[in-house]
Amino acid sequence: MDSGAPPLAIEARGLNLWYGSFQALHDVDLRIRSGIITSLIGPSGCGKSTFLRSVNRITERLGYVRTTGTIEVHGQDILAPGVELVQVRRKIGMVFQRPNPLPLSIRENVLFGWRLHREERGRPEPHECDEIVEGALRKVLLWDGVKDRLDLRATELSLEEQQKLCIARLLPMRPRVLLMDEPCSALDPKATEAVEELIWDLRGEFTIVIVTHNMAQARRASEECVFMLLGRVVEHGETGAMFVTPECRETADYIEGRYG
Amino acid sequence: MSANDGPVPHPPRGTPVPFPARADERDRAWFVDKVVQVLVFAGGISGIVCVVGIFVFVSREGFGFIAHTLDLREFFGSIAWRPTSDKRATYGILALLAGTASVTGLAMLVSVPFSIGAAIYIAEFARGKTREALKVLIELLAAIPSVVWGFIGLTMLNPLIIDVFNVPVGLCVLNAGVILGLMAAPIMTTIAEDALKAVPDGFREAAEAMGATRWQVVWRVVLPAAKQGLMAAVLLGVGRGFGETMAVLMASGHAINLPTSPFDQARALTATIAAELGEAEKGGDHYRALFTLGILLFSVTFAINLLADTFVRGRRKRGG
Ligand SMILES: Nc1ncnc2c1ncn2[C@@H]1O[C@H](COP(=O)(O)OP(=O)(O)OP(=O)(O)O)[C@@H](O)[C@H]1O
Ligand SMILES: [Mg+2]
Repeated sequence: MDSGAPPLAIEARGLNLWYGSFQALHDVDLRIRSGIITSLIGPSGCGKSTFLRSVNRITERLGYVRTTGTIEVHGQDILAPGVELVQVRRKIGMVFQRPNPLPLSIRENVLFGWRLHREERGRPEPHECDEIVEGALRKVLLWDGVKDRLDLRATELSLEEQQKLCIARLLPMRPRVLLMDEPCSALDPKATEAVEELIWDLRGEFTIVIVTHNMAQARRASEECVFMLLGRVVEHGETGAMFVTPECRETADYIEGRYG
Repeated sequence: MSANDGPVPHPPRGTPVPFPARADERDRAWFVDKVVQVLVFAGGISGIVCVVGIFVFVSREGFGFIAHTLDLREFFGSIAWRPTSDKRATYGILALLAGTASVTGLAMLVSVPFSIGAAIYIAEFARGKTREALKVLIELLAAIPSVVWGFIGLTMLNPLIIDVFNVPVGLCVLNAGVILGLMAAPIMTTIAEDALKAVPDGFREAAEAMGATRWQVVWRVVLPAAKQGLMAAVLLGVGRGFGETMAVLMASGHAINLPTSPFDQARALTATIAAELGEAEKGGDHYRALFTLGILLFSVTFAINLLADTFVRGRRKRGG
């Protein structure tokens, strides 16, 4: 585990989460460093998605979820009573397993989140919107491919383009943290590679936490790695070291493919 | 089960097995399948036969009138519907059309906001028991017979309108419109709710994860995505209003009149047919004129339903 000297982006302490009466997270303590890519691995059902989703507090869409403990993001406890959900979600972007662009044009998709938080300050200027759209799409390497069809419905793009768009639409809100839940699992190998490269390029500017079932992906595309099992964090360390000399038996077993 | 349903015995090694083992076998499932096919076909075709049959029946009486007696200018241009006049019978349906249109229009003003609002609440906000209770309630509302609605118009809304607006008669466009609006609301609510529920949850999740409030999600994502289905819901409501008879007959005042205010009396196409067909001489001009009204009604509701259907299809095809 790291010493605490490098700045932390996410610090979860004593995090427990229940779906109704089923406890999905047990006492999770996790310190995720700022500006790097951390991958979250573990067998199916161990609570990776649950942890990720509770950092965006999207878990609360379900009426029957109860959470205890604290999650500090850049020093602020996002589970504290006075915190506005909307502000939290804006600074902590989320990318889902299945690309889910909204049924709007490409342009409107990029502007959607930004508009939500900006419209109380009057109507945005058209050129301001254009700049934002271009900037965000350039950043995800999508601009050249779609610049002539910005009014196309986003749901008609290929899955790879859709997933890139789903990343692009978070950028205008200037999030600090990007949470990605198996962002490549619906993509073919070539698209996976493209999206992975993109994620790698975004490192540094954002803190990225990525859930994956793909050991090779975790290994080549993350700097730190967290192994979870049955709702608990088993091991957390530098990726290279963890894949070569895991501290716990369970980690070794999982990495070598002895779990499912 | 026949005897040859048993497991196929292993042939002795070395002998080639013919494939398939018994190519000409017809088992019980085969016969059941055939019988069911015939039954289902008959069921399906009977719908078409009925529609065509009704259309032929109505047209036989109506089209003769259209071809020989009817003066189209008078039919659509005059408000004088005097089929039993001693001097000269006139068949102008302008007032009837205006009656139907104004009552239906007012009904939509009442029921579109009400139904879409209810659908949004049920589909997007209500949870658990509230939601179930509301759905049952709406279904109950749909089960109220139309004559009972007419009753409500006659005995409750009528005095209420007289009291509140200080008018001499409370049987008017307003009365019939409100009653019809309440009648059309259940079907519109149900269909609109289906349209909202058909919007994939991933869209809502995506928007909420970006910090949209529940209402922003509804307004900016769900409603635009469900536009087609909502249009279909509204159209079916219009169709319902257009074809409704008994309640309109009882609540509208049933006076031939071009309504200019909600407090005017009016008469609807449907109500005219219902009230007069029993007295018209079979095969006479009046009788056939009423069938012509029937053709008109039939065509309009058919067109509305067809349009609603294309909206629903469009939605399915685009998957959302
Ligand atoms: N909405 C829910 N309601 C009830 N239980 C849930 C819900 N979502 C997840 N769970 C349970 O919580 C546990 C953790 O689920 P989670 O989705 O976080 O696992 P995961 O590690 O992301 O798995 P996977 O690799 O399959 O995505 C599982 O046992 C799951 O059954
Ligand atoms: Mg998951």
